[in-house]
Amino acid sequence: MTTDASTLRSMMIPDPAYEPGMKVYTMKLGMWVFLLSEVMFFTSLIGSYVILRFAHPDHFAAPGVVLNVPLTAFNTFFLICSSVTMVKAFAAIQQGDDTGLKLWLLATILIGSLFVGIQAVEYYILYHEGFVPAAADYHAAGRQGMEGGPIVGGPLYGATFYTMTGFHGAHVTIGVICLTFVLIRALRGAYTQNDHRGVELIGLYWHFVDLVWIILFTIVYLI
Amino acid sequence: MATTAVTAEQHAATAQHHHEPGFIRTYVFSTDHKMIAKQFLLASLFFLLVGGLLAAGIRWQLGFPGQPMPLIGGLFSDTTAPGGIILPEFYNALVTMHGTFMIFFAIMPLLVGVWGNYLIPLQIGAPDMAFPRLNMASFWISVPAGVIMLAGFFVQGGHAGAGWTAYAPLSSEPEYSGVYMGQILWLISLTILGFSSLAGAVNYITTVINMRAPGMTWFRLPLPVWALFVTSWLVLLAIPILTGGLIMLLFDQTIGTGFFSAATDGEPLLWQHVFWYFGHPEVYILILPAMGLVSEVIANRSRKPIFGYHAMVLAIIAIAFLGWVVWGHHMFQSGMNPLLGTTFMITTIIIAVPSAIKVFNWLGTLWRGDLHFDVPMLNALSFVSMFVIGGLSGIFMASAPVDIFIHDTYYIVAHIHYVLFGGSLFGIFAAITYWFPKMFGRIFSPVLGKVHFWLTFVSYNLVFFPMHTIGLRGHMRRIYDPNQYEFLQPLQPINTFITIAAFVLIATQLIFAFAFFWSMYKGEKAPRNPWKANTLEWTAAPTPPPHLNFPGGAPVVYRGPYEYSWPGSTDDFLPQDLPPDRVSRTPIPSEPSPMSTGD
Repeated sequence: MTTDASTLRSMMIPDPAYEPGMKVYTMKLGMWVFLLSEVMFFTSLIGSYVILRFAHPDHFAAPGVVLNVPLTAFNTFFLICSSVTMVKAFAAIQQGDDTGLKLWLLATILIGSLFVGIQAVEYYILYHEGFVPAAADYHAAGRQGMEGGPIVGGPLYGATFYTMTGFHGAHVTIGVICLTFVLIRALRGAYTQNDHRGVELIGLYWHFVDLVWIILFTIVYLI
Repeated sequence: MATTAVTAEQHAATAQHHHEPGFIRTYVFSTDHKMIAKQFLLASLFFLLVGGLLAAGIRWQLGFPGQPMPLIGGLFSDTTAPGGIILPEFYNALVTMHGTFMIFFAIMPLLVGVWGNYLIPLQIGAPDMAFPRLNMASFWISVPAGVIMLAGFFVQGGHAGAGWTAYAPLSSEPEYSGVYMGQILWLISLTILGFSSLAGAVNYITTVINMRAPGMTWFRLPLPVWALFVTSWLVLLAIPILTGGLIMLLFDQTIGTGFFSAATDGEPLLWQHVFWYFGHPEVYILILPAMGLVSEVIANRSRKPIFGYHAMVLAIIAIAFLGWVVWGHHMFQSGMNPLLGTTFMITTIIIAVPSAIKVFNWLGTLWRGDLHFDVPMLNALSFVSMFVIGGLSGIFMASAPVDIFIHDTYYIVAHIHYVLFGGSLFGIFAAITYWFPKMFGRIFSPVLGKVHFWLTFVSYNLVFFPMHTIGLRGHMRRIYDPNQYEFLQPLQPINTFITIAAFVLIATQLIFAFAFFWSMYKGEKAPRNPWKANTLEWTAAPTPPPHLNFPGGAPVVYRGPYEYSWPGSTDDFLPQDLPPDRVSRTPIPSEPSPMSTGD
């Protein structure tokens, strides 16, 4: 009886005071949702890598034998630094510091480009050491090995390495392009202390890409 | 009426403010969610036709094996069907592309692309999607995907022939199937289409979370919105998995990585896991929106509140969650660990629970309702009954011991068509005919609609029900000429019968196409709220809705969407945006019946 009455009452009470939505602006919510799908994309690649590696441990070399860990460790450090500069850029515009925004954005772009550049050099060297993605041509001799020495690991190593790090590199490249776009808008004075959503959005993406790299560096290079 | 005049004036004012867009911006590169929905509708109905014609080819070969196709037989090249006689390679392509077009280019956009776009903003009281330009991109990304997929028929080696599931190594090594370019185009097309789905999913989720009208609480959302919202999460999280798999398969094909190739120690079985980890959520992507759409039609056409609104919502969510832990039931015969198979069997059978909750709630809604058997209702009832048949055969297949016997037979084909055609497509027909007045301002021809429904319903069952029988007798799922096996030869008359029924079924769809365009131009003009519905698209927006939907600003919502035959009101429906002080009331009865909705 009471339930019926309360149901009826609740139906008759207008509820316009209810303001739907999360207390976050739509663009930011959209970016979070999009990044969730990115998580699933990298999950499919990383998951496949884990399965292949467990199934065929002989295809994968010990850390540092084929891959150049010190070089990539430096590269990882650079990418983490770029996350710091990204935070500084966001912090600057939150204070209304327009010049700081531009400088820190520029720094982020430069460090991001440096990361992609070092990755390209790494690819070039590895490729010429016989560490290739194509199964038929795989003949990596390893860092200490001589050209023509025994082949280290197997073709699944090259295939998974280039696929995972390659798609991460593509994400960094897209991030650099978007950052450049944000910088151009910043130079035109598009962002203010009150409205700097574009900076926050690219920041979210950039930190995500950074986070993915920390996972990839760990499972591909260090373990 | 005075209010109409005011809204028309306001609309004119907004239109001047917003600078009326030209032809290109209105009909081609439109950012208006309603136009994008119509673009998706026409494009996916076209692909539905393509898929149907491919099915006709399959059925011809099975019904009349080795005989030249009549009428159109001379149109085919020597590499596909010389003199009209279908070659085995072409048959493989027909089977593969029938599945691919129907699932990715017809049913999925018909449900998610069309109704997600059309209904979400209108039913939650939003002026448009959260990201209108992304929404436009979503449609225009899908166009090149469709073109590339169609182009595969014209390349050397023919179109992809490894089935819509593209199992490796058949799909990854051209020497097995004789197809190289076709398979690559297939992979590229689906990768591109993934971006389209993704753009849509991000849009739908953000819009539903952040752009509901004042007063539109979560449990006042119409069920189509709930279904599309949950489906969007599945799209968002499942499609990237497929994209990852497609890219690895593409690399296997093009640069010679060996992910799925046993020759280089890759794992062919990995493809099946990746594919079905996407594929089973995909199955629910293809049915959940139809469930939501049908719920709306059934409640409205029964003039009763939906039975168990909260249970309906929770069942949708439960199905979506369970959909992630059942993919192994597609792989009982793949050499998987039997213990793992048992686990997948149990999780799969658990899905019967939320599904049954939905079915019983539909029956509960119909029970003692004031039923109106018009075109949307007939199609919706057909959805429920066919879904029950498909769901029951699904339980048979979910049991590993039974599946060992019937896997890869026509029993599976019967099941998928009972849920995907009998379920999803009847749901789509119900939705198209129900919202047709809103979309085009005219009523979908009731006479043609009923003719189409009855012919479809009968011929559909004549096509697919016998498939259970031939499946149980061992007829393989993808076989070019079953008569090569002596034990299948007695089934040939059934196959011929199915083929004749299938041609009737396909021809019947021409009635639908005719009725669609006839009603669009010559149909009876629709009143503003022809179904006496409660939801905002009928009560707060003019027909057809203008740019930005609600000329008077966002409507305010006071109650749930299914308040039909409410005992306190003289009308038999209570619009969601009708202020309580304007409800014309009869004295509240002393013992009112409990309402299922409304927070």
